[in-house]
Amino acid sequence: MPDPRLIGTSVPRKEGREKVTGRATYVDDLSFPDMLYGVTVRSPAPRGRIVKIGFEPGIPWEEFTIVTAEDIPGTNTIALLIEDQPCLAAEFVNHPEEAVVLLAHPDKYLVEEARRAVRIDIERLPAIFTIEDSVTRKEIIWGEDNIFKSFLVEKGDVEPVWASAAFIVEGEYETGAQEQLYIEPQGMIAKANPTQGVTVWGSLQCPYYVHKALVRLFGLPKDRIRVVQTETGGGFGGKEEYPSMLAGHAALLAWKSGQPVKMIYDRAEDMVATTKRHPSRTRHRTAVARDGKFLAMDIDFTIDGGAYETLSPVVLSRGTIHAAGPYNCPNVRVRSRAVATNMPPHGAFRGFGAPQSVFALERHLDRVAQVVGISPEELRRRNFIQKGQTLAVHQVIRETVDMGHLLDRALERSDYHAKRKRFEEENPSNAIKRGIGFAAFLHGAGFTGSGEEYLASEAALEVTAEGRVRVFAGSTEMGQGTNTVFAQIAAEALGLEIERIEIMQPDTAMVPNSGPTVASRTTMIVGKLVESAARSVRKSLFDAGFLRPGYNDGDFANACQQYIAKFGPLQSLIKYEHPTDLHWDDATYRGDAYGAYAWAIYVAEVSVDTRTAEVRVEDFVAVQEVGKVINPVLAAGQIEGGVAQGIGFALYENVVWQEGRMSNGQMTNYIMPTAMDVPPIRVFFEEIPYARGPAGAKGIGELPLDGTAPAIANAIANATGADIARIPVTPEVLLEMLESVHA
Amino acid sequence: MRSYVPAYEMETPRDLSDALERLAQEPGVWKPFAGGTDLMVLLEAGKLPHRRFLNVSEFSELRGIEIMPEYVTLGALTTYTEIRRSEVLAREFPLLCRAAAETGSVATQNRGTLGGNIANASPAADSPPALLVYDAELELVSVSGARWVAYQGFWTGYKQIGLRADELIRAIRLPRGMRSWSHYYRKVGTRRAQAISKVCFAAAARMDAGRVADVRVALGSVAPMVLRAVETEKILRDRKLTRENLRAAQDVLAREIAPIDDMRSTARYRGRIAQNLLAEFCATLPA
Amino acid sequence: MPDSSRPGQGRKIFLDCEINGRALTLEAYPMARLLDVLREQAGLTGTKEGCGEGECGACAVEFNGLLVNSCLVPALQAASAKIRTIEGIAGGNPLQHGHPLGERLDAVQQAFLAHGGAQCGICTPGMILAAVNLLARNPHPSESEIREGLAGNLCRCTGYTKIFESVLAACRTTEFPSEPQR
Repeated sequence: MPDPRLIGTSVPRKEGREKVTGRATYVDDLSFPDMLYGVTVRSPAPRGRIVKIGFEPGIPWEEFTIVTAEDIPGTNTIALLIEDQPCLAAEFVNHPEEAVVLLAHPDKYLVEEARRAVRIDIERLPAIFTIEDSVTRKEIIWGEDNIFKSFLVEKGDVEPVWASAAFIVEGEYETGAQEQLYIEPQGMIAKANPTQGVTVWGSLQCPYYVHKALVRLFGLPKDRIRVVQTETGGGFGGKEEYPSMLAGHAALLAWKSGQPVKMIYDRAEDMVATTKRHPSRTRHRTAVARDGKFLAMDIDFTIDGGAYETLSPVVLSRGTIHAAGPYNCPNVRVRSRAVATNMPPHGAFRGFGAPQSVFALERHLDRVAQVVGISPEELRRRNFIQKGQTLAVHQVIRETVDMGHLLDRALERSDYHAKRKRFEEENPSNAIKRGIGFAAFLHGAGFTGSGEEYLASEAALEVTAEGRVRVFAGSTEMGQGTNTVFAQIAAEALGLEIERIEIMQPDTAMVPNSGPTVASRTTMIVGKLVESAARSVRKSLFDAGFLRPGYNDGDFANACQQYIAKFGPLQSLIKYEHPTDLHWDDATYRGDAYGAYAWAIYVAEVSVDTRTAEVRVEDFVAVQEVGKVINPVLAAGQIEGGVAQGIGFALYENVVWQEGRMSNGQMTNYIMPTAMDVPPIRVFFEEIPYARGPAGAKGIGELPLDGTAPAIANAIANATGADIARIPVTPEVLLEMLESVHA
Repeated sequence: MRSYVPAYEMETPRDLSDALERLAQEPGVWKPFAGGTDLMVLLEAGKLPHRRFLNVSEFSELRGIEIMPEYVTLGALTTYTEIRRSEVLAREFPLLCRAAAETGSVATQNRGTLGGNIANASPAADSPPALLVYDAELELVSVSGARWVAYQGFWTGYKQIGLRADELIRAIRLPRGMRSWSHYYRKVGTRRAQAISKVCFAAAARMDAGRVADVRVALGSVAPMVLRAVETEKILRDRKLTRENLRAAQDVLAREIAPIDDMRSTARYRGRIAQNLLAEFCATLPA
Repeated sequence: MPDSSRPGQGRKIFLDCEINGRALTLEAYPMARLLDVLREQAGLTGTKEGCGEGECGACAVEFNGLLVNSCLVPALQAASAKIRTIEGIAGGNPLQHGHPLGERLDAVQQAFLAHGGAQCGICTPGMILAAVNLLARNPHPSESEIREGLAGNLCRCTGYTKIFESVLAACRTTEFPSEPQR
């Protein structure tokens, strides 16, 4: 096998030229003749019965297309796991900003004026807004007990352990909501009518999710719904499920008006009405032996799903499976639940439940180390899982893993020990306290358990008579580099220059369903399908005798021409095959949860100005083992960007709620890091090729969101002695803690 | 964009006198519009109730930084970028340059004007505390003529200043002579750049053999108006800088300000930080 | 406020300006945002809206040589202005779409391509404008000057690291970005 030419090379981004010249076409850059602008009128109340919808005078209403739930041709729902969420509220509303009425008009200014002139009168019902109120059933707002889903994971038996444990450490940890804040707001354009069906173009991650939802909403056959992804300006999960709602809205207006309809959210609407990361509450109880070995972990994990189920069961699943971390512990119990509140439904955001449970665990373990009287790193070393041992879900680790080595490398790169010592000496005489902390974690790539089998993803590859290669996949580029990585994989497998490869626009009329672009699965799972399809096509050309070893691009083109002339189209469609040695039991929630894990240690150095309680991250080291790195610049870019989001999660991004509604929904008041707020972020990869990944690659997209916040929290605790237990650590909160530490 | 843009009017008057004529003829009907960095944000949010604007951004009478023996005078249209680039301001009025550097971003600084900032009268603005420390004076012009007013006391309430409906701010002048003082400025915001301040603290002191011969302290974001902490100054003035005096000054400061809870911060945090910054300021003063 | 069946309507104005070196006359409401005038009346969709409140910098353009957020500039104030958008950064005809692949790119654009400065690309036009503007004022900025110069451009994808690397790389090339138009 020759050395790879393209794999492991930082090939420039495939669509980079379009992006740096401003030519890349995002949904708001598109226009159609006779296009209308659509807006959404939303519930002012968190819960209640819609009594009246009033249209005030002063607006030429006869010029408007007005849509309510009654106009829905099919079923009034945004189909996802279940169908509890309506597309438009009909009789009841269950969260602030729930969509009730849609308006469209050719004048984009007038449509805003009209939006103000629609009054929705709600007879209010009691509403709840916290996990506590939901689990204590202050009000039942969903199902019979407010619980969307619950899990029980058990390994060994925790109960007998408490009596004899040398140390028992408890803690409660909370994470807040986080807004994905893609810089391109949500947007869709729709064309729809009963004869031709529905077509939508928009900013989205999962064309087939939107497709499924529209099929149900309109009651049309699958081949009458078409979904096209336009260049997407960031997603991070925020455009995983929400676009189905917006697509439904735009399509309903288009259906009723008979004209194309464009709906682009402004930032304020995007922030208050769309999904956010699930807030969480985790309770840990850990039994530890005198030598620091874990004896038992009892974990209670709750996430706030908002008003409808949407993806909460899956977020809960991932959070649950990651809750006990990369450790070998003989007895583990995780009891978890996703509960309902009267907030806009929370949804997918990079990490998808794991950032929440990993924050709790890694912060907790630093506290455990303190109680046991050993260093945080020593506690981890004594408990890191090894090959052959099992995770809490009984998954036997079959891959090579050496967390101890990753830890060594991370601590060395960050100068951890020397800094820790120096800070300890210097802090007492300094108003600015410095600290350094780390987190150890893993992140499973792909859908959990039998998820990939259920998705049954497909990808296809076709060659033209000119020897150009077309890749057909439902996976979407949104900045993470999918187009480029697929092109590298295909070009490598075919032995061609990368310019020969064309990645087809994700259009459900043209590309197969490769599953959603989520869960760190795109390179590892779909990239593998692309690789297989490429190999299959190459083999066909060889088998037909048109290609000989040592061919160049020109020879390849000739071979394609000959093949197609003789046999017709040359294409390969590959379907996902679940490895036969991976077994998962949904009933007991045990087995091989993920085909592969990435493993990581992140180290954060912070400074805390005790005069203002402001925290700055001064330096950040990210060490991870991720299988083969296909494109180093793109991969590092993923880690750097994820760390920046994690810094926001830890320190800056605070959603201020008022009766279930985000009250700081502007970029001036919801704070994400600027170029002056990020530290140097130093990224190091280790590569142990994963046999089932394309060229040996595993998934990395979500990994950085898991370890960044706990590393920072641990660093703050190191710097100040403050017992951080919730994020974001705002200066207001930290100030109180500093004053009580001081006292 | 939430406003009904067609309902908004903006016109460019022929010159400054034409502008003043129009302001006088229909008081309250037309409002001056300079760099737009505040007003356009309101427009986009659907929160700009006023509809008719006079574009004053072209008038050369409102531009320029003039150095005179007793004053440095800035035209109302002086942008933050121009403030940052001014050598005389950097030498003699560094707090104003610091404030300008902390305002928004490069793009905002290129468009935002000092006069617009003063007229907008936000208690969270970054420049007013510096202007108060420097005893700034404003030149207000109308068809009736021109008058100079002290910036201190010009505020009449939350987001309200003593500017008449027919008046325009023409210039801001800063009395020279504070060059040898110790200057201190700190804005505590939500992040390092593009942050609305939670507490903004500007101060200057002239020391004389360990005694605070004179002192000026001004704060933003801790009251409905930006304020000079005159009672706090009284505690410090003509005294040595001792722990007790500082403590006493901090107590007085806590009573002089009136911070609130809002979506960015809390009253408790703001109050405490204001006191801490007072201490930090004093710590920078030569012994 | 609205009379009869339609809210009060002002008049549109004509404004003469120069965009990417070309003289144009555009029609717009006086307080329409320059951002919308560029995207809709001039057909230059490279300048993006990210926030509509002057925070994200995705709408940044060069306006009489200065970097400004075009979402905060009313159309009336663009009269007689010299404006440069992302379409005007680089060689080739700036008012046409569909440039030939062989067009020249500005040093900053080339550096963004080579060093991973763009991921999803939505912040990229504004970011490149900001970087070009910075280098025109300060050809050899330190990293902290780069951070400050770009602090008004939010990026959610990159964590800024590769943007800094791209700008530093652009400084090192001999081909310099063009002077801002005054």
